[in-house]
Formats: sequence, C-alpha cells, structure tokens
Amino acid sequence: MVNFRRFFLILVPYGWLLMLFLVPFGIVLKISLSDSALAIPPYVPKLDLTAGWAGLMDMLRAFDFENFIWLTEDNLYWKAYLSSVWIAFLSTVLALLVGFPIAYGMANASEEWRPTLMMLVILPFWTSFLIRVYSWIGILGTQGYLNQLLLWLGVIDAPLVILNTNIAVYIGIVYTYLPFMVLPIYATLEKLDGDLLEAAEDLGCSRFQAFWLVTVPLAKPGVIAGCFLVFIPVVGEFVIPSLLGGSRTLMIGKVLWDEFFSNRDWPVASAVAVVLLLILIIPIVLFQRQQQRQQEAER
Amino acid sequence: MNNQLASTDAFAPWEDAKAVPLIRFEQVTKRFGSFTAIDNLSLDIFEKEFFALLGPSGCGKTTLMRMLAGFETPTEGAITLDGQDIAHVPPNKRPVNMMFQSYALFPHLTVADNIAFGLKRSDMPKSEIGGRVDEMLSLVQLSKFAARKPHQISGGQRQRVALARALAKSPKLLLLDEPLAALDRKLREETQFELMDIQEKLGTTFVIVTHDQEEAMTVASRVAVMDHGQLKQVATPERIYEFPNSRYVADFIGDVNLIEGAIKSVKKDSVEISWAEGMAPITATVPDGLGKGSNCSFAIRPEKISISAEKPEDAANALQGKVLDIGYHGNLSTYHVELGNGQVIKAQVANQRRLARRAFTWDDQVWVSFTATGGLVLAE
Repeated sequence: MVNFRRFFLILVPYGWLLMLFLVPFGIVLKISLSDSALAIPPYVPKLDLTAGWAGLMDMLRAFDFENFIWLTEDNLYWKAYLSSVWIAFLSTVLALLVGFPIAYGMANASEEWRPTLMMLVILPFWTSFLIRVYSWIGILGTQGYLNQLLLWLGVIDAPLVILNTNIAVYIGIVYTYLPFMVLPIYATLEKLDGDLLEAAEDLGCSRFQAFWLVTVPLAKPGVIAGCFLVFIPVVGEFVIPSLLGGSRTLMIGKVLWDEFFSNRDWPVASAVAVVLLLILIIPIVLFQRQQQRQQEAER
Repeated sequence: MNNQLASTDAFAPWEDAKAVPLIRFEQVTKRFGSFTAIDNLSLDIFEKEFFALLGPSGCGKTTLMRMLAGFETPTEGAITLDGQDIAHVPPNKRPVNMMFQSYALFPHLTVADNIAFGLKRSDMPKSEIGGRVDEMLSLVQLSKFAARKPHQISGGQRQRVALARALAKSPKLLLLDEPLAALDRKLREETQFELMDIQEKLGTTFVIVTHDQEEAMTVASRVAVMDHGQLKQVATPERIYEFPNSRYVADFIGDVNLIEGAIKSVKKDSVEISWAEGMAPITATVPDGLGKGSNCSFAIRPEKISISAEKPEDAANALQGKVLDIGYHGNLSTYHVELGNGQVIKAQVANQRRLARRAFTWDDQVWVSFTATGGLVLAE
C-alpha cells in the first residue's frame, strides 16, 4: 500500500514531464530524422500503426541524419546559432546594466513604496507581449515618437534609423526581459542586512567600497539567476527579431520559423529545433546547478 | 598625601580633576524631526574605561553610540575624541570600531577574511595582515575555525568573531551594541567575564550599550543610566546601586521598595519620615538638601530588610504585616509583606535552610525591620 502510494506520488511529476516535454520532443526528434515530402503532414515516413511491428520497423529504417548534416553544410545555420548566442549574451549584459540599478533602487526605497514599484515592474505582463512589441514599432520608426521628440528638441536634424536594425532588437529584448532580471536581483538585495554596510564603513570602507565589497558579492546569486532567465529564452527568441529586426538580423528563431512556414520543410526545421535545445542544455544545466548550490548554502 | 596615593591606587580617572578624558560630549543634542533623541547631554569617558550606557529602549543610548561610531551627527554640540572634534568625521575615518548587535559578519567571507576586512582597508602592509589575524583568532580562541564561513559556526563563536573583527584595527575606542543579547544566559555570563579579561588585557576603551542592568553592573567601570535622552546618573556600579540619586535610577537598577512621605523632623544625624496615617515614622540618615516638611521618597533594597516573627528589640525601624506572597528563586526568597495600611514591602532572605524548614508561610504575621542607614531618602 505504502509502495503504491509512493509510486503514485512519483508518477504525477514524471507523467507530467512525459506528456508535456518528452512526448513532444520525441515527435520533433522523429520529424527531424524524416525526409521532406509533398504531403500532409509534409514529411515521410509516417508511422503506420495498422501495420503493427513491421510498420514501426519500416519507419525506423527510413530515418537518417540527412537534415543534421545539411545544417553543417549551409553557412546560414551556424551563423544564425552564433548570432543568436551573441545577441542573447549582449542583451543579457544590457539587461543587467539596466536591471541592477532598478533592483537596487527598489530595494533601497522606503518600505511603503516597494509594493508599488514591484507592481510597476510586473505591470507590463498584464498586456499582450505581442502588442507591447508592436508598440515599439510606433516608438522607434523613422516617423515614430522617439524621432519626433528628438527632432522637436533639436537634438538631431534627420530621423534616426533604429527600427529594423539590431539596435531595435536589443531595445525590444531588454525591455521585454527586464523583469526577469530585476526580480531575482531585487529578491537578494532586499534581504541584504543594512548592518553589513554599516559594518563595512565602520571598518574603513567608503560608501562605494562597501557597495563593491559587500552588496555586489551578496547580490551575485540574484545576478546569476537573472542572467540565465534572460539568456536562455532570448537565444530562441523569434517575435522580437522578426518584428523589430531588419533583414540583416540573424537569429535562429527566425530561421526556424522560415523553415517551417515559408519553406514548409518540417524535417529541417525540427533539426534546427533539436540542435537549439542541445545548445541550451549547457546553460540550463549550469543554471540548475547554481540554484542547487545556492539552496545548499542557505540551509 | 597618603589620601592621594590611596585614591590613585584604584582605577578612577573620573575622580582626578587633572585627568583628560578620551571622549567628551559637550552639550550634545540630537533631533530626528521633532523628536529629541539626545537632550543637551554632556559626558566624559576616560581612557581604558569600560563604560556602560544603560537604559530602557528608546532612551537614546543607541543614538549616543551611533554618534560615536559616526553613523549619526549631532544636531548641536561637540563630540571630541582625543581632543579632536569628530562630530562630522565619517565612520570610515575614525579610530573607532563597533561590534554590532546582529554581529553583521559578512556571510560571503570566511572567519579569517572577516577579521582581515578592516585591516585590508588600513595602511597595514599586506605581509603583516596574516599575523594580525592569527593574533586576533587566538585572542578569541577561534584559530581552528579560521576557514569556516559564519553560517558554519555557533552563535557564541560568531559573537567572538565579531569582537575580533572590531578589535583587529586596534581602535582607540570599541563600541559594543548589546553584544551579548543573542546569547543564552549561561553563555552570556561566561562571555561577560571574557569581555572584561580581553578589555583588561588590551587596555582599549570600551563603551557598551545594554538594557540589561546586571550585565552593565558586572562588566562596567562606570555606568550611565539614561532616560529620555538625558543622563540620570553616571557613577560606578556600586554607587549606582547603593546611592541612586533619583527614584528613576533606584527603580531601574535592581529591586527596590519606594515609600512616599514627608520629612517630619530633622535630628543631628537622622530624620524621621512620616508616610502614612497611624504608621510609625521611618528613621533614616540625613539627606542632602532636604529640610523639614519637604516631600521625599524613601528607597530601600529588599535585601536590606530583615523579616522576623517577633518584634526585633534593637532595630531602628520595625513594621508589622502579613506575608502576602513568597517568590522562590532557589538561593533567595522574596517575601511580599502587606503592612497595616495596605503598603506592600518586599524583603529578600537568603535560603540558608531547606524549603520544609523555613520559618514563614503565607498569611503569617511577621515584622519587617531595617537599620537607619539601610535605606536612602530621595528628593525626586
């Protein structure tokens, strides 16, 4: 009885993982090993369950790594991967530069202001992400609000070209993912004991030294968590580069979309997705390990 | 001449008119908005003193300490350290270190790095820092724990790391903010003596803030009792206890019986205080500055009161009453005796006999008695 209950308890999370992660991934993997075809769905072989065991064996025999080999042969793919990782890295650094001061300001705000500030950080989540990215088109365009404002102020003579460049992509990403950077950093800074900073000053530190030697090291777990929370999703980001980026913005999410919907080449698109997952596994595992170490340290 | 020698024998620079204080508060006032935390306060603290600031929470003792550390600046007045005005010197530029109530150990640094933290910010050459850290570790007997992080050691050990860290830079003045509040009673008592030993060994001036009067009495060379931003009395623990200058101090330090009354007659070396209808007047020593007819309080400590079944023949004061309550503390018992007019007097008796053989029990008629010199007549 006890064993059954334990089995059931374990079954729930594993069942969840199986249904929502492993099965879809298995399907994607299967498609990536298939060949493109003019059919619905547009690939062969298909699993013919009526043929039973023989049908399964036929399908397995038709699998090959052609699509993965293709990814190495065309420059587009590795360039897109590299460019995605680079854009994600730079966006993470930018989000950190913007997010840390915000989190620091929130943590040092008076007690009664903190819930309001927290709310302001979370507020954008209440509107559709897509609409918010669209509204940036209105801001950044050559006829957009930003250019109008700068022209009116006389800062510039001719409108700046921001939309459809990588700069617009960085702005969009930093804007969208900022809460993921701010919240974990805020959580660590808020816990910081003010006595520690006074102790540092008492022992001969200037305000800045105290910040650098005490606040920053103690905020490290939050900074690391925030960086991973931004970096991992941004590598596969598709909406922002396709709406705000230009033709020269190369990101793997966009390539994947094109393969799926423009080329209708599901097998290659799936192969791109599988490789993307493999690339992301490294930072995800690092992130998990960091979280675990953090929990152990706090115990 | 002989007299002078005798007085310089004991450590008492506050009695020497020529002694120069290490710290001097001159008419210091500190206001936070409309709230006055420190009210026109003047105080001298001498080198090598172990000085205790004692008072209830909100009395201003912490503000006074934070002004010494440099975290608060006085609104008015001057604070000098070694003759130099430090009122506006920032905390990192003062030869003063503080041990925080929360200890404030840096959680990301090891015990040794915590102790080295201040030294690395000083002009001490790098090669000497390691030696100094080892010295401090052995002073607080934590050499074995140098590589541990603060969360890997016990509360008592953390307290000692905090002490070592604050002492590492050899400050002229060490501030201790409720240093023992987080320890349990037994450890606290041990640590009090350790603190005194360390203070004596190093000769550093210590200023301790505490709300625990026993702690202040045990460790300090002088105690300042504070209330509402003012000093009520500054004196040695013995004087504070035996000769409190006000009802407030008498009541705050230890246990006391306070009897309201008025001076009925003044004799050569005693006064009589009438205090209630139909009760015999209390005979006490002559107070300073109080004449016939003035209102006063008679304060007497419970341990100065004897309790007996028969009326004692030779006592200057003897009052009859009934045992109302008995508080048993193990070594002592406190008897609450209700007198004829309803006034309750506390008398403390050492339990020299086992419980079953004690003389009095509830509702027994007893006599409480005390000498003329046992109590004190207070004006305020």
